[in-house]
Amino acid sequence: MAMPLWQPIKPGYTPVNQAEEQRKTMHKQNREQRTMQPDDKSWLKDGAMASWPICFGYIPIGLALGVLANQAEIPVWAVAMMSIMVFAGSAQFICVAMLTAGASVWSIILTSFVVNLRHFLMSSAIAVHLTGLRRIFLSFFAYGITDESFAVNMTHFRKGNWDHKRAIIVNQLANITWIIATVSGALIGQFIPRGAFGTDYALTAMFLALLLFQLHDVVYVLTGLTALGLATAWYLLIPGNSYIVGSSVIAASIGYFFKQYRDKHR
Amino acid sequence: MSFLEYLFLFGGMGIVTYLPRWLPLFYLAHRELPKWLIDWLSMIPVAILCALLAPILFTDQTTRSLELGKPELLVAIPTLLFAVKTKSLGGTVFVGMGLYWLSGFLPVQ
Repeated sequence: MAMPLWQPIKPGYTPVNQAEEQRKTMHKQNREQRTMQPDDKSWLKDGAMASWPICFGYIPIGLALGVLANQAEIPVWAVAMMSIMVFAGSAQFICVAMLTAGASVWSIILTSFVVNLRHFLMSSAIAVHLTGLRRIFLSFFAYGITDESFAVNMTHFRKGNWDHKRAIIVNQLANITWIIATVSGALIGQFIPRGAFGTDYALTAMFLALLLFQLHDVVYVLTGLTALGLATAWYLLIPGNSYIVGSSVIAASIGYFFKQYRDKHR
Repeated sequence: MSFLEYLFLFGGMGIVTYLPRWLPLFYLAHRELPKWLIDWLSMIPVAILCALLAPILFTDQTTRSLELGKPELLVAIPTLLFAVKTKSLGGTVFVGMGLYWLSGFLPVQ
């Protein structure tokens, strides 16, 4: 934008501020675009199409959790209650194992907290794509942020053909599948063979593909390799689950500084 | 355990699970984030996916020890190649599953 010559230069009006202002108008435009968008009907279908790999992967894991819960003599209604109130696979597995081992309620709650702290990072990262939405929507959306829905939604947001409606469909279809799978596992799980047709690998394969789709710049490759190495070492050396958050934060910071350095010296 | 005990346990777990998912979204989605934070956050998906995958691919998770060459890792290579070629998420999931299933029939484990 051209400034009239007679206008005194405001102190602090640096290119940084200019970029900041540009970003703010972009932000506003994004928001307006979103509210002006015609209410197209395809959001339900798009969300369902994007979520099926998650749902597919949740079925064997949910069944397995249900079977374990059944063996731990947790009633079926309690399994349903847990999947609705918690909706966090790893914490639920740990809960069943700890209940079997006779752990106290408080220690189970504390462990869940530590195991699920990683979602703090995911929630922060996805917030960039959900700016200016109603607080009630955001509060409902937050319930469905899992490793899997996060990875799928971020990949689609990055591609650009994605919005909050499609994203929440992914969250909630995954949630419904998870509830049904865990309850089915508790009811009839012992009659279903474990890991048939490689279903145990479904989520790993999905993560691999989603990871690959994100690697469109050498910065991300470097971040990923750092995280792989760090997480492996951390996992082997330090008990517990701190390796997820710890190595992600360090690897993201190394990637960030590498990008800063590169952009400055280009 | 009684209904109330379960309610207390799952309620507690639910709250501590929900809060880390809710707090950043609730506050950050209504703030103008500084550029450095957006740049840093853009690194998080790759970093977290790798952190989640690393133990699955490179370690024996029952003994928590290094194990290079487990089926999960070997199957990952053709699975990734398929993903590079096709850019298809669904196809990759199926190919990965199929290969992993077949790897169970290999004589050497």
